[in-house]
Amino acid sequence: MTRPIRMRVRLDGDLAEIRALIDHPMETGLRKDSKTGELVPLHFIQNLTVSLNGKPVLETQWGQAIARNPYIQLRVRGARVDDEVSIEWLDNQGERGRASAKVPPPG
Amino acid sequence: MNPQGASRPRALRAAIGALLCVCALVSPAAQDGPEADRERMVNFFNERFPGVPLQDYIYGAMIVSADARAQYEQIMEFPPFLGDLDAGRRIWEKPFRNGRTFASCFPDNGRNVVGNYPHYDAALDKIVTFEMALNRCLEDNGEPPMRYGEREPLGVLSAYARTLSDGMPMNVKIQSEKALVKYEAGKDIYFRRMGQLNAACAGCHMHLAGRTMRMEVISPTIGHATHWPIFRAGEELMTFQGRFNRCMEQMRAAPFGYNSEAWNNLEYFLSYLSNGLPLKASVFRK
Repeated sequence: MTRPIRMRVRLDGDLAEIRALIDHPMETGLRKDSKTGELVPLHFIQNLTVSLNGKPVLETQWGQAIARNPYIQLRVRGARVDDEVSIEWLDNQGERGRASAKVPPPG
Repeated sequence: MNPQGASRPRALRAAIGALLCVCALVSPAAQDGPEADRERMVNFFNERFPGVPLQDYIYGAMIVSADARAQYEQIMEFPPFLGDLDAGRRIWEKPFRNGRTFASCFPDNGRNVVGNYPHYDAALDKIVTFEMALNRCLEDNGEPPMRYGEREPLGVLSAYARTLSDGMPMNVKIQSEKALVKYEAGKDIYFRRMGQLNAACAGCHMHLAGRTMRMEVISPTIGHATHWPIFRAGEELMTFQGRFNRCMEQMRAAPFGYNSEAWNNLEYFLSYLSNGLPLKASVFRK
């Protein structure tokens, strides 16, 4: 099952504003399925990396306290038009997600 | 008291009586009917919120809070419910077993149609909402209908399909006596006191609009019908009729329920009052 990442990049001077919305259930492991009464297994993004031209600019370690469909926003200095921004994540069940986008011209 | 003073109230009474007669003589058509109701409502809110352009009423309670409006604009730049709209688009575009799609049931493939709903259907003698039209499309093509009030599929489908009419002005028409009966039934619900709190819709959304109740600003009646469904906190999909249900629960009354005739009539009434305002589907609300 693929989980899309919606990403938008905007260039302002040499600052690239990166915004991303990641589709992920982010289960805490404490919630019960309303039909079966069974606990829904823990399922959350553990590592998330944002890179500019393949070089990591943000490396994070997340836990199950982060809400469903997480949203991140960051600004990176030194970005130029046509640089490649990519976001990668790995969750506790071994699933991975990746998306990339080019830095568009300002305006 | 001098005799002159005693005669003055009598003169005043006569003057008032004459005035009342003049009022009664003015043609009743100018004072009754949906268009007069709408104008009265617009005038009411123009007095309550001077300087707020009519077009801004689609922002509901945010017309009194620039801060809330700024937050809204920021969230709507990249709304958290894009995934739900995508899910709705997939349902909208997925062909039925006979190969046709939802777009085939509407003029111009479903673009700029929602402003015409709800409308009165003479054959059924009922109000037809956009959600009912979606279900009728399924039935016409031999597919099982969707259940009202469920997030999927009808909720997300409606959330997407309504975005195709963004910017279209609300254009609800009342063209027959029987349609007027439905409008009046909706109006009756809006002004009727109900439930343990003995509250009416109009009590809060007209007379207390813009004031605060339990930390929330109450939205005005005008513009209520233009922006459904909403995603509360970006998560909870709520349709117009879902909002009616929630309001009734908060009034401690038993809700009429999704797609009940009462709600469809109320939706007809409220949509008429929002005539001329631009539609904006699937928005963020608190």
